[in-house]
Amino acid sequence: MCMIILENVTKIYEASNGSVTAVDNVSLQIKEGEIFGIIGYSGAGKSSLIRLLNGLEKPTNGKVIVAGRDIANIKGKELRKARQEIGMIFQHFNLLWSRTVRENIAFPLEIAGVPKEQRKKRVDELIQLVGLQGREDAYPSQLSGGQKQRVGIARALANNPKVLLCDEATSALDPQTTDSILELLVDINKRLGLTIVLITHEMHVIRKICDRVAVMENGKIVEQGEVLQVFRQPKQAITKRFVQQVVEPEETKETITHLLDKYPNGMVVQLTFVGEAAEQPLIANVVRQFQVDANILQGKISQTHQGSYGVLFVHIDGEKEEVARAIDYIRNQQVAVEVMTNAR
Amino acid sequence: MLANLLPNVEWDMIWAATVETLYMTGIAVVATFILGTILGLLLFLTSKGNLWENRLANMIIAAVVNIFRSIPFIILIILLIPLTKWMVGTMLGANAALPALIIGAAPFYARMVEIALREIDKGVIEAAKAMGASTATIIWKVLLPESLPALVSGITVTAIALVGYTAMAGVVGAGGLGNLAYLEGFQRNHNDVTFVATVLVLIIVFVIQFIGDFVTSKIDKR
Ligand SMILES: Nc1ncnc2c1ncn2[C@@H]1O[C@H](COP(=O)(O)OP(=O)(O)O)[C@@H](O)[C@H]1O
Ligand SMILES: [Mg+2]
Repeated sequence: MCMIILENVTKIYEASNGSVTAVDNVSLQIKEGEIFGIIGYSGAGKSSLIRLLNGLEKPTNGKVIVAGRDIANIKGKELRKARQEIGMIFQHFNLLWSRTVRENIAFPLEIAGVPKEQRKKRVDELIQLVGLQGREDAYPSQLSGGQKQRVGIARALANNPKVLLCDEATSALDPQTTDSILELLVDINKRLGLTIVLITHEMHVIRKICDRVAVMENGKIVEQGEVLQVFRQPKQAITKRFVQQVVEPEETKETITHLLDKYPNGMVVQLTFVGEAAEQPLIANVVRQFQVDANILQGKISQTHQGSYGVLFVHIDGEKEEVARAIDYIRNQQVAVEVMTNAR
Repeated sequence: MLANLLPNVEWDMIWAATVETLYMTGIAVVATFILGTILGLLLFLTSKGNLWENRLANMIIAAVVNIFRSIPFIILIILLIPLTKWMVGTMLGANAALPALIIGAAPFYARMVEIALREIDKGVIEAAKAMGASTATIIWKVLLPESLPALVSGITVTAIALVGYTAMAGVVGAGGLGNLAYLEGFQRNHNDVTFVATVLVLIIVFVIQFIGDFVTSKIDKR
């Protein structure tokens, strides 16, 4: 079942100095219970897109269906009701500084008209869920960034929403805190079966928790698919750049050129492993079965939400024919092989 | 001893005048707070990008606020004589000062309210909307509580200005310490009366400032 359906959605802002097409004819389907990531650089239109999902923006054109509701065409009380089923968290947390942790989490419950006794019970549950025990009576100004985002998450979950929208929810956090928040999101997704849509400009975030990803550029979705699939075969230039953010250390390009100079004989190949292939003793098998030497020059294996993903740079040396056969063998093991040449 | 130093001071008159000043200031502060907050909210809500965005309404309210804010208080009192006579029935006494005090101070305070509301992080209002809050909920549970310290420090400044206004109103017959200082002190050349009235006005101002600062610091959790 699809939790979110976008059909030919366009959002145009009219500004004094002309109009801006922030979302350009986007169609998307997001399944119930999945973690769907949208990645793009700043100004790509990600925030505009996610804000269409809870009616904070109205589309200029197209259809927006969330949890069976036609978000673009409802207003007033009906829209407010629908929003209670769509939680949202923000880059800058957007907590009420005048309220304590407990009171902040209770706010959406007050909006929904939950009686006081039940409110208290629910807030206690949520505090447990996000791990904020002991900080209930603190004010936001007394919390760290990660704790503030936990309050944001608890608040977003208060009314048992079907969908959680995350607008750059980890972009203001340091890497370690980012990871702990991402883990919390995965945990919530598993435990509550919540559908999560998150937007980010960091591939790391997509890699860590998303099932599927869409790449956004100039208001358009230029590529989308399973995260592993996109990692394995990025098609668009922009996607390749995002994938490189994660799999290739910054200096790789230079290192490779350097290696090619250093090993004029044989071949330097880039092997891309996905899923199970990453766990096989591939290099050992190659050396055993073929008359070649294989030397691992550099490598990195990343864990994604769906399995491991790795890149190895290997120098294979030997008779030309034998090297070619070894490479064929590797290809047959569901491993993508790219022969590096100095031309690049 | 005191009687020698201040030969012309009649303490029951002083006391009565102090009570009148406190009465005028108190009522005017409460009314200004309410009226100014409503005007400030309207100014904020009708401005660009906000909940009730409406250029025409915003222009009209802003014009009214600016006009009344710009009229010198002493002229405002004179301009308001017909209204005051119609409302209060007289131009004498503490109640007669109230219309001018409130109409003079409310626009002044409304601007402070608007500025305080503009200081609120837009993201917080957006978060409330995303939670399904109605406009009334946003006003009562987001806008007012989040800007409360600024609203309180604003009303403190306004209250102090109002004490000054009551003195001015006193000169034209409204009673209070200003009236006393003018009639009993200045016109009869009793400098000791003027001196005591001045000291009392200063004490009132200091007490207001102290209470205002104290409350502001207590409620500010930022
Ligand atoms: N309220 C608005 N009015 C006018 N232009 C806007 C508005 N919000 C966003 N835009 C423009 O739309 C484009 C996409 O913005 P946004 O959705 O915030 O992108 P992202 O979140 O990917 O950085 C940008 O060019 C931005 O300037
Ligand atoms: Mg954005």
